Amino acid sequence: MDTDAPHSMGTTIIGVTYNGGVVLGADSRTSTGVYVANRASDKITQLTDNVYVCRSGSAADSQIVSDYVRYFLHQHTIQLGQPATVKVAANLVRLLAYNNKNLLQTGLIVGGWDKYEGGKIYGIPLGGTIIEQPFAIGGSGSSYLYGFFDQAWKEGMTKDEAEQLVVKAVSLAIARDGASGGVVRTVIINSEGVTRNFYPGDKLPLWHEELEPQFSLLDIPSSPGPEPMNI
Amino acid sequence: YPYVTGTSVVGVKYKDGILMASDMGASYGSTLRYKSVERMKPIGKHSLLGASGEISDFQEILRYLDELILYDNMWDDGNSLGPKEVHSYLTRVMYNRRNKFNPLWNSLVLGGVKNGKKYLGTVSMIGVHFEDNHVATGFGNHLARPILREEWREDLSYEDGVKLLEKCMRVLLYRDRSAVNKIQIAKITEEGVSISKPYSLRTFWEFNAFRNPTVGAEGSW
Repeated sequence: MDTDAPHSMGTTIIGVTYNGGVVLGADSRTSTGVYVANRASDKITQLTDNVYVCRSGSAADSQIVSDYVRYFLHQHTIQLGQPATVKVAANLVRLLAYNNKNLLQTGLIVGGWDKYEGGKIYGIPLGGTIIEQPFAIGGSGSSYLYGFFDQAWKEGMTKDEAEQLVVKAVSLAIARDGASGGVVRTVIINSEGVTRNFYPGDKLPLWHEELEPQFSLLDIPSSPGPEPMNI
Repeated sequence: YPYVTGTSVVGVKYKDGILMASDMGASYGSTLRYKSVERMKPIGKHSLLGASGEISDFQEILRYLDELILYDNMWDDGNSLGPKEVHSYLTRVMYNRRNKFNPLWNSLVLGGVKNGKKYLGTVSMIGVHFEDNHVATGFGNHLARPILREEWREDLSYEDGVKLLEKCMRVLLYRDRSAVNKIQIAKITEEGVSISKPYSLRTFWEFNAFRNPTVGAEGSW
């Protein structure tokens, strides 16, 4: 039995609360082994009008869980007569994750806004534990972000600060995690509704050892060849 | 098999009831992933449950107990489940799961006071259960219990009890790699259950031998 649980989960997913709602973010790479099967996937999936989930781990497992939860929540909304709360959505996810823990390999972050509690983020890692947090990170890329968030996270950010933090974080993780890449997608949920944003790979900031993309080698003015070795 | 796990819980009987301490960490393998998890929860009016091991299983146990207490209250007969009963229930649950080769991956500490009688017991994931004057789970068994064996007394005051538990938690913080410096101490007396706010322990590093470990033996550690 290997107690060092973390299993490579090709993804970086983030959920952050701010004063007024939540911002969910993710990369867009789906890999099968070393091949990138989809370089523009959408890992932030809708459960209801006001609750979304970030998926990581097995693509199949996370998709089936979110499909079931969307179905149950739809019925629940009809019976209840009003939008479902984030807590209920998160608990449904937890039930599936916990009761099928031997079969599922998916870590999820449920985030949304409801009129009772405002913006909330619930992390549901492998095993089906449910943890309400002011921010949550998940996926293989998240390993590189624990230190970053310890330093950069603050209580009571504005919507734009929160979104910028998420974009910066996903972009940093993409820079270092082979299993994360592509574009950064964000979803902002608050009392006014839902906003989806798209940050293509070439618009993201450059980090250490990364170079500004060039059109072609032919555009670089030719520089004199390397000096012969001078000892 | 376990994914998100909590580390030790330590409990002692003292003059007025039970004192229990645990840190607020939940690890994911070797990563100290969550640092504000309450691993001790009140059960009914008379008991407190502390758990180490898989957190999702602990959350499920809390739901089972919620149902149990609810049924008890629905009888509305003036009787309420005491710690001994809850401990017995938990033992049955844990042992039955073990027999089905599908254990709840937890070590539990159950403490409470009812009708003046103090109760402190433990149940492991395979159903091993017993009561004692001081119990601990996980690393606590190896590091805290020896301290408690030396220093525990029947008539510990609240202050002495807290100091004793803090001593145990400090040792665990030094020597348990999954420990996190944010703890809570819970108190149960006849009057009821109260869990303290989270707080951090002071640690001491200023031994000369720590500053200069290799003096006199260059190259050693």
